[in-house]
Amino acid sequence: MRILDLKVLRDTKHLRGQIIAVASLVACGVASFIMLRSMHGYLRGSQESYYVEYGFGDVFAHAVRAPDALTARLGEVSGVDRVQTRIVRDVLLDVPGLIEPATGRLVSIPDDGPTGLNRLHLRGGRLPEAGRRDQVVVSAAFAAANGLRVGDGFGAVLNGRRERLTVVGTAISPEFIYEISGLGSVFPDNRRFGAMWMSEGAMAAAFEMEGAFNDVVATLESTASERPVLVAFDRLLEPYGGVGAYGRDAHLSHQFVTGEIDETQITASFFPAVFLVVTAFLLQTTMLRLVRMEREQIGLMKAFGIRGRTIGLHYVKLALVPVAAGALLGTALGVWFASAMAAVYARFYQFPEVGFDLDPGVVWAALAIALATGVAGAVAAARRVVRLPPAVAMAPPTPPRFRHMAIEGTRLGRALSPGHQMIVRNLTRSPFKSVTTTAGIAMSLGVLAALLGMFDAIDVIADLQFNHVSREDVAVYFDATRSADALAEVAHLPGVLAVEPVRMAPARLSREQREERTALVGLDPTGDLRRIVDGDFVVHAPPVGGILLGRALATNLDVAAGDTVRVEVTEGRRPVRNLVVAGVVDELMGGEAYLEAGALYELLGESRTVSGVLLTVDPALHDELYASLKGLPGVSSVLVKAVTVQGFEDTIEQSFTISLIATLILGAGLVMAIVYNQARVALSERGRELASLRVLGFSRKEVAGMLLGEQFLLVVLAIPFGLVLGWLLTLLLVMRFESDLFRMPIVVLPETYLLAAAIVLVSAALSALLVRRRLDRIDLIAVLKTRE
Amino acid sequence: MATLTLPFALAPPSSGLDPDALFSARGLTKLYRMGEVEVRALEQTDLQLRPGELVVILGPSGSGKSTLLNILGGLDVPTTGDVTFHDHRLSGADEAELTRFRREHVGFVFQFFNLLPSLTALENVRLVTEIAANPMDPAEALRLVGLGERLHHFPAQLSGGEQQRVAIARAIAKRPDVLLCDEPTGSLDYETGKRILEVLDEVNRATHTLTVLVTHNAAISALADRVLRMRSGRIVSETRNAVRASPADIEW
Repeated sequence: MRILDLKVLRDTKHLRGQIIAVASLVACGVASFIMLRSMHGYLRGSQESYYVEYGFGDVFAHAVRAPDALTARLGEVSGVDRVQTRIVRDVLLDVPGLIEPATGRLVSIPDDGPTGLNRLHLRGGRLPEAGRRDQVVVSAAFAAANGLRVGDGFGAVLNGRRERLTVVGTAISPEFIYEISGLGSVFPDNRRFGAMWMSEGAMAAAFEMEGAFNDVVATLESTASERPVLVAFDRLLEPYGGVGAYGRDAHLSHQFVTGEIDETQITASFFPAVFLVVTAFLLQTTMLRLVRMEREQIGLMKAFGIRGRTIGLHYVKLALVPVAAGALLGTALGVWFASAMAAVYARFYQFPEVGFDLDPGVVWAALAIALATGVAGAVAAARRVVRLPPAVAMAPPTPPRFRHMAIEGTRLGRALSPGHQMIVRNLTRSPFKSVTTTAGIAMSLGVLAALLGMFDAIDVIADLQFNHVSREDVAVYFDATRSADALAEVAHLPGVLAVEPVRMAPARLSREQREERTALVGLDPTGDLRRIVDGDFVVHAPPVGGILLGRALATNLDVAAGDTVRVEVTEGRRPVRNLVVAGVVDELMGGEAYLEAGALYELLGESRTVSGVLLTVDPALHDELYASLKGLPGVSSVLVKAVTVQGFEDTIEQSFTISLIATLILGAGLVMAIVYNQARVALSERGRELASLRVLGFSRKEVAGMLLGEQFLLVVLAIPFGLVLGWLLTLLLVMRFESDLFRMPIVVLPETYLLAAAIVLVSAALSALLVRRRLDRIDLIAVLKTRE
Repeated sequence: MATLTLPFALAPPSSGLDPDALFSARGLTKLYRMGEVEVRALEQTDLQLRPGELVVILGPSGSGKSTLLNILGGLDVPTTGDVTFHDHRLSGADEAELTRFRREHVGFVFQFFNLLPSLTALENVRLVTEIAANPMDPAEALRLVGLGERLHHFPAQLSGGEQQRVAIARAIAKRPDVLLCDEPTGSLDYETGKRILEVLDEVNRATHTLTVLVTHNAAISALADRVLRMRSGRIVSETRNAVRASPADIEW
């Protein structure tokens, strides 16, 4: 049927506006599918192969100081495949060009060759020589952020002594794919925190750890279960200050990478689905209208003896024109976006293979889904074509039937002008179309409102964390618990205006069969620099009797206020005590347990020890303060809040601008495509009616009002539904993002919802303007000469 | 009869025309470009139409009669020549001015009725009376065409003749200065067509509205005060009927 194919081409030209609308949606759907699916595959594939090739551990544990002899016993635990013990220490660094002190997480590597677990992937240079305490391999991101090259040096405080370290290589490691310290920001700050690796012998000598280790990594046999191994490790390490073994699910870097993988999986289904459902629906309306308009041609073709199936197929082919165009464009865009996203991911996640390889399977899947969408959109029209008997087809269609409506008898109904009656009757005559149009616009608005709301939520999180929870200017943490003297020592540093102690102790909380690892945080009730603030900005005082639990902790332990939990401190004298849950606090971040500082000291059997000090400082004396902190022994980490806030804002700005633009395109594009297409179909269906109105003396504006008023009414009707949908979607996203460490607040700002509604209205108005231009060009005389 | 003042300023009419005429046209020419082909639909046509007359314009298809009607109704403008309504020039008026002219002074009746399918008979009439300055009661207009019992029916529930009567009621309800009918019986059967002609004849007699009836059906010319015959874009003859025949008496 080559002539029919020629008709496809001609019709394509005639229907170009609607074809562009549908093709754009298909392009968005295909592009987002390819991008998100590729990213999902890229992250998951990279993670899996990286973990396997470089021996990422299954189980991790930390202790104070355990003898090397224990290594063999750890290896004998049933289910353990391989064990590597090592020394890990956080040290303060003095990096050239950086005013504030940085923190290095120094990890030992075996001197007898890189056969261990969590192996390095060298990016440049070489491994440090055995026994050399002046040589380190530094993380590639840390080196790049600080402009460090092989051969460069920087200062470090090793066990109280200032030393100079030389970079002999740069590397990445599967345990630092997402390189954060766990203190401070949730985003990597590669200038101020970096992993680095030193010879085991050299580290042992530097930290007086000869014949001992403080960190364990182990892999499990494929059939082994994790839980018994953790219990066995805890039992073996307990005498040596073990703070509790944990699996991958509690490993910081793994948590973040896996979180992102899960998220891409959800969004890779959600976004393309929104686009493609709307596409199928728009295609269906357009194709049904086309078949109604061309019924005489269809009858003629059937009269000539062309089979119904052939003609039906012709319409399917026509529907596939915008789908194919959109799919091609979407594939190109998707591949482009994917490589751009891979570059963004490379900033956050460090994998050995930087390059992104397109998986052809993803493209084939996208094309198959697009094809299915096109066929779904065309099938109703094609079926109508096949069923249409030729004689009926060539007669004019029966005039549309309208009915009186219930509201006509009411006062409101009588107040409606004929023009308004037309709008209402047209909308109620095809309720399916009206409802789906409204639903489509409401869905677009809902997505828009919910996504814009996420940006508000991030602002709330930042405000809460930076202005209400952490109110210090600088936080100083020690590598081990210090006496109260340390507080006085810090207080006398230049520029320090006020100090408050922080005491944290690792602990295991349990109730019946449930057990959670956490930190007990002792807070001074008169303290002002670190407070317990819930998601509603309510400040909670640390309890004097009992313990205050974060929501996630309480949920995992299945306890409520008034219940008793068993608290087992996993450091020092390792006291064990039952404490009453004084309350549960809905924090946004952190899964810790709080109690009044005095109560914690009493529990620990210590007096006024500190893990860290919070400071307020005189900004004029920053440089002097940082210089003296860089030389302070026993400090493992200095967190400057202004720097953390700046890093947070920069990261949000850089990576979220793309998301914001994508969100706007998504919402506005969907609305424009829907309104444009539905108005065009309405114009085509009722062109004759509208021309008659013009002949009767109605102005262009009045006639446009009658056509576009219909679409406007649907948009206005959709707005309340869209806003409610936005709220529901926000709840869904909040539930989705909730983890033990982090919770999104439900933020519904009227101005954001108004903005979303305004974007929808403006997009609809733009589409209406495009259709209005067509309406103005209607040939009045031609319309009068034809019968429908 | 409604006021004849237009709310917009038009150029003064050219001199030398019949001072009693409602419409005066001189030297009307209309050229259409249909793709590559140029069609001369009207050629140097002159015309005068007076209030209260029933004028039949008779001609085969393509003779230019509908083009002439469309220009008189403000749906189209001549390529050259002048046409004035009362003392206002229609040739050269812009789109907005022509819209107001149609709205305030012209009633149209078309071959295919052109009713709004989503509105009832009464609402189709109300649609126009709501924007008119001095309209009839819509129900009264429908009673005038014999549809007093079917006010709340939708077009799909009415026969062709009934639909055309709604269209006539819609056209006269605004009390137009001119009623322009383009092949009003063209898509109706014989009996129904005759009934429609009766209605138009009655309306013309009762309201003294200038009525212009375009048709290719020569029998209808007996109803007219004046008959203009057209061929190839020109008026080739003009005859006056001493007595207007009754629609009941004509046959075709």
